[in-house]
Amino acid sequence: MTLIRPRFAFEAPVEAEVLVPEHFAPTSLAKAGRLRVAYGRQSCPLEELFEIEADGEEALILEGDFSRVKKIGRAMTEGLLIVRGNAGMHLGSSMAGGTIRVEGKVDAWAGAMMRGGTIEIAGSAGPYLAGAYPGELKGMMGGTVLVRGDVALRAGERMRRGIIAIGGRAGEFAGSHAVAGTVVVFGLLGGRAGAGSKRGTVVALGGLDEELLPTFCQGGLYRPLFLMPLLRFLADCGFPVTHAHRQGPYRRWTGDVTSLGKGEILVHEKL
Amino acid sequence: MLFRGVEIERTYAEAFKMWGTRLVITAETEGWAQVAAEAASGFAISVIGCGCEAGIEGPVPPEKTPDGRPGVAVLLFASSRKDLEKQLVGRVGQGIMTCATTACFSGLDGDETVPVGGKLRYFGDGHQGSKVIDGRRYWRIPVMDGEFLVEDRFAMQRSVGGGNFLILADSAAAALEAAQSAVTAMRSVKGTILPFPGGVVRSGSKVGSRYKFLSASTNSAYCPSLRSLVDSELPPEVQAVYEIVIDGLDEAAVARAMKVGIEAAARPGVVRISAGNYGGSLGQFQFHLQEILSEEEGGDRS
Repeated sequence: MTLIRPRFAFEAPVEAEVLVPEHFAPTSLAKAGRLRVAYGRQSCPLEELFEIEADGEEALILEGDFSRVKKIGRAMTEGLLIVRGNAGMHLGSSMAGGTIRVEGKVDAWAGAMMRGGTIEIAGSAGPYLAGAYPGELKGMMGGTVLVRGDVALRAGERMRRGIIAIGGRAGEFAGSHAVAGTVVVFGLLGGRAGAGSKRGTVVALGGLDEELLPTFCQGGLYRPLFLMPLLRFLADCGFPVTHAHRQGPYRRWTGDVTSLGKGEILVHEKL
Repeated sequence: MLFRGVEIERTYAEAFKMWGTRLVITAETEGWAQVAAEAASGFAISVIGCGCEAGIEGPVPPEKTPDGRPGVAVLLFASSRKDLEKQLVGRVGQGIMTCATTACFSGLDGDETVPVGGKLRYFGDGHQGSKVIDGRRYWRIPVMDGEFLVEDRFAMQRSVGGGNFLILADSAAAALEAAQSAVTAMRSVKGTILPFPGGVVRSGSKVGSRYKFLSASTNSAYCPSLRSLVDSELPPEVQAVYEIVIDGLDEAAVARAMKVGIEAAARPGVVRISAGNYGGSLGQFQFHLQEILSEEEGGDRS
């Protein structure tokens, strides 16, 4: 494994998109310390800001406070990256493969526009989780994001594929403008969920924080079968799936009628 | 060779390469899953007359099905990938999608796949949708009791069709009893099915006939009533013959099933156990009866 620790407490944000497992493979390890990162308005070598220890194993472990370090795991394609602490903005944005595991919380834009791979976050996540950057039409386009805690607003905005599971509450506008993909919320689902969505699914297992938008129309009360393999997958990932979740039933709301209207919000009915 | 007083003929069963797949059908109850499984595997006795051979492999407990509901596994075999795809789409669409509360999943893993859900989805008339979960794509097709969930592609593998043995007995009752006993024992062998009705074949066939339009006809050498008219293979005391045909996902599974079946069929009244072959010129696999019977339990022939 390669272990990286901050040499000091950062006073300015660090932009370190070089922190991906690919750069720390045994063959390229010698050059890794000389990779450039941005510290505030300066550009400096990675080893100036971080201690790097390596023993040739493939996992990349970041230990310490990385909450001011942005773009960790950006565009990574393979391998395992573990953050033992908090992580800054844009974690795993545009990633295409591999696994990022954060043992703390993450800031905004984690998994933004990701195309594949898995992000696991033990704590909470900031806004725009797996979302689309301003001006972009496509948010998350594949992969899996698993957040144990709460998530701020606009999770899965403009998503096109993939799964986002949220163990706690989801802020407003979850799954807004989605074209496809699935957002599963175990806690309360915030208001305006699915606003402007064409397709895609938001599953509310823990109830609604407020009424759904009036642009969603009530469908039937049933047990959507696709939820069964999905819930099994999430249970295997350690989410608190209960017998009641599996049994349903779920109230189906379809919308947003201001858009294509084929999106759905499935609300678990507690009988 | 004698086994429990029954002669095991020094011969072999000749079997063929096929493409096989496993469907896992789930439903709200095992009963409904069974209904769908029976519908999907109906009229699938022989590739020649039915296009494929299929049968129920057995129940799948909820903890082993993708959706956590009770399930039944069906094996389906065909001569080519194209035939398998055609049969799968037809049988899943007609036999399973139409059956209350069901869902259908691929029961095999592998790179060789054929589209099933991807073709059936059009039944949703634009309201269908897909979900990719844990690397597998499923299609959700709206139906009148909710939705039919079907996997996009089903994996298939090279398989073996036409493993067989013949039970020659001194009475029709003894032959049937031995055949039933064999079938009961063989049903427990995973990865195999017995595609004929009740697992037993009464109208064994030979290649060709005296009629130009007919490619197979009754196995006259094993028909007791024709003993005086043809070159019979039957000893004088034999009054009835039943055949057991086995299809399996691999050679080892077919061999295991044959061994279990022959052991169970070796009962009082059975005179000889033989097998059907074409002189080794047609099939790619040969299952030698005496070798199979001599193998250790759990032995793998592949």
